[in-house]
Order: sequence, then C-alpha cells, then structure tokens
Amino acid sequence: MITSLIKKEFQLEFRQKSTLGGVLVYVIGTIFVSALCFKGKLDKPTWNALFWVISLFTSVTISGKSFVKETGGQALFSYLYYNPRHFILAKTLYNMVFMLALSLVTFFFYGFFIKNEVENLPLFLMVLCLASSGLAGILSLMSAIAGKAGGSFAMMSILSFPVLMPLILVIIRLSKQAVDGIEWAGVSADLMVILLALNVLSVALSFLLFPYLWRD
Amino acid sequence: MKHWYKALGFLLILYTLVWGLLNPVPRLDILNETIRNVYYHVPIWFAMLFMMGWSFVCSIRSLASDSVDFDNKAYHSAFVGFFFSLPGLATGSLWAKFTWGTWWTFQDPKLNGVAISILIYLAYFILRFSVEDEQKRARISAVYNIFAFIMMNVFIMILPRLTDSLHPGNGGNPAFGKYDLDNNMRMVFYPAVIGWILFSYWLYELRYRISVINNKVNE
Repeated sequence: MITSLIKKEFQLEFRQKSTLGGVLVYVIGTIFVSALCFKGKLDKPTWNALFWVISLFTSVTISGKSFVKETGGQALFSYLYYNPRHFILAKTLYNMVFMLALSLVTFFFYGFFIKNEVENLPLFLMVLCLASSGLAGILSLMSAIAGKAGGSFAMMSILSFPVLMPLILVIIRLSKQAVDGIEWAGVSADLMVILLALNVLSVALSFLLFPYLWRD
Repeated sequence: MKHWYKALGFLLILYTLVWGLLNPVPRLDILNETIRNVYYHVPIWFAMLFMMGWSFVCSIRSLASDSVDFDNKAYHSAFVGFFFSLPGLATGSLWAKFTWGTWWTFQDPKLNGVAISILIYLAYFILRFSVEDEQKRARISAVYNIFAFIMMNVFIMILPRLTDSLHPGNGGNPAFGKYDLDNNMRMVFYPAVIGWILFSYWLYELRYRISVINNKVNE
C-alpha cells in the first residue's frame, strides 16, 4: 500500500513537469541572486548560514504544496481508499527523497556559483541527508495542518518556521563543524544524537497525530 | 471550599513580594541585590511552563475524547501562559541589563528559546482564528499544540544544556541550587513558585468560565 502511494506521488510529480521545473528555477534563481549580492565569495560562517537559509525557504515552499492537491473529490477518494497512517508515511517518505535530491542540487549550484568552502565533505553530506529527512518529517505534518486551515502559503510559513527552529539550529552547528573541516573524532556526538532523535520524533508524531487531521 | 487555592496563591505572592525585599540574601559579586529577582523572574517562568503543560494535556484529552470543551480549555491555558511570558521577559531583560550589561543577547540559548516559544504560540492563536468550524478547529489546533509543545521543550530543555549559556545551571555554570540559594532564600523561592502557579490557574479558570458564559449567551 505504501509503495503504491509513493509511486503515485512520483508519477504525479513527473507528469506535471511545470512544478518540477519551477522548483529548479526557484532554487537556481535564489542562489544566483545571492551569488551576485555577495560577489561569489563568502567567509565560512556566512557561507554556512546562507546555505541553510536558502534550503529552509526552498523546503517550506515545495512542501507547502504537498497537501494542497488533497482537496475536494481527491481528498474524499483518499479518505475512503487509504489508511491515514500509510498515507502520511508515504507523503513523508516521498518528501524525504524529493528534499534530499533537491538539497543535493542546491549544494551543487551553491558550490558552483559561490566558492565551495566545505572541508569535511562526507560529514557535510551526512548532515545534508539527516537535515532533508528531518525537514521533510516536520514539514509533511505542517503542510497537512496548513492544508486543512485553508492551504495558504502564509499559513504554512507561520506554522512551520517556529517549530523548525530547533532542527535548523542543530543542523547549522553540525554543518559549521563540517565546513571548518573538524576531524571525525572532534565532531559533537551530542548534536548528532539530537539530530537523529528529532528525525525519529517528527516522524513518530506525524504518525500518531495525522489520523486526527484526516477526518473532516 | 473551592476558593482555598485562590486565597493561598494570593497570600503566598503577597508574602514573597514583601519578605522577598526584606529578607537577608547572600552577598555575591555582580549579582548584588538583584539576586532577589530570583523570587519573581523564575516563578513566573514556572507558572508559564505549568500553563503550557496544562494546555498540552487538555489538547491530548481533546483529541482522545473528540471534545470541543477541552480544546477551549487548551486555548485559554495557552493564552494565560503566553500572558505570563511577557512579565517573565520583562523581569529577565531588566535583570540582564544589571548583571550582563545588555537588555537582550543572542549568546544565550534560553533567550532564543523563549523568543521561539512566543512565536510558536502566536502561530497557534493565528491558526485558531483562521478556522471557522468548531469541531475542525478543535482537532487541527490540538494537533499543532501537541507538536509545538514537544518542539518547544526540545528547544528550552535540551538544547541549552549542550551549549554555553549565561544562565546558571547550564553550560558549566553552577545552578542556583548548588550554593547560591541558601536556606533564607528557599523560604521565599519555593512559596513564590507555588503562589504564582496557583495564581496562573486562577486566571485561567476565570477566562475559561467567562468563555463558557459567552458561548451560552451567544446561543
């Protein structure tokens, strides 16, 4: 059931090439504007902060539309046909994969236009994976709430920015260590554990709470 | 008698206001007399956390029993908790000016945590105002409240313990309990905590009952 739901999400995404292309243009456009503003050269703390601010805005923008499609007849069909827990898990998993791909694209173009400052690349990629899955975990539920409350983009950002802050702060600190090129032994294990715990926590909470949003 | 807790809260706060200014306190560098702020600043935050916790419990019960009434309770306790965060911020800011030399600092994770918590609850109120249907509003806002309360606790309970903080008890700074809070101060501090919590509950009860009456009048 979950696999067929995920498959449906991918098919819908690739059928509407305009949204996929729109997201790519959005990301590249934002990066290019930032590169022009900073003339393509940044010191390490700013490089790190700007990267995550761009990722934050991109992920809120693209996951906001995740439940907008689920209105009217479509919502009624899903309600009758699927189990809510399968439904939210599928949405979250799909968002995780999509977000990871998107953040890799962001990283590539960001490093292309603005000089790449990362010194411990494996650590940075690891943080990137955990960050995309954490963002997707929280934002899937937030998008479901915003969708039920009228589905405006403003509502999506109002709801999700404050609850994303703990995650973003942990990510920025860890990724700062990767940018500075700290050896593996010196990487803060506490922060890594919290990042993993936030991932698990957000998925578990969506799993528990989504069925209550589901009824209309 | 159902009014005992109101009288007790009132008397405890009155006692801590008066005796908190008169009792002997330890002489410490930098802190000096501002240490008396422990009796006001810290209990107000405890009252706020108590109200937010109560709101969390009400939201869970609202989802479990599918009841609009519990959702109403959750909203009013969150509102009182939010109200308490303002004097908490004001006393903290004043204290920071005299000890750390600034009204606000980004060096301290607890301050950031508080700012984010305020944003979280503002978002909760906006979410409630934007949904018209009562049943739907009850479910949506309860889900958000539960999620937000847990994230807020990650922010103000777990993160400050990992990084440097100017607050006592975090990042290697000694807690008040260790040696600053002597027995004289405990005689005021603990009653103050209980007093403010009772007072916040009283405020919440008032708001909740007014809203119930309003609903009846409107019907």
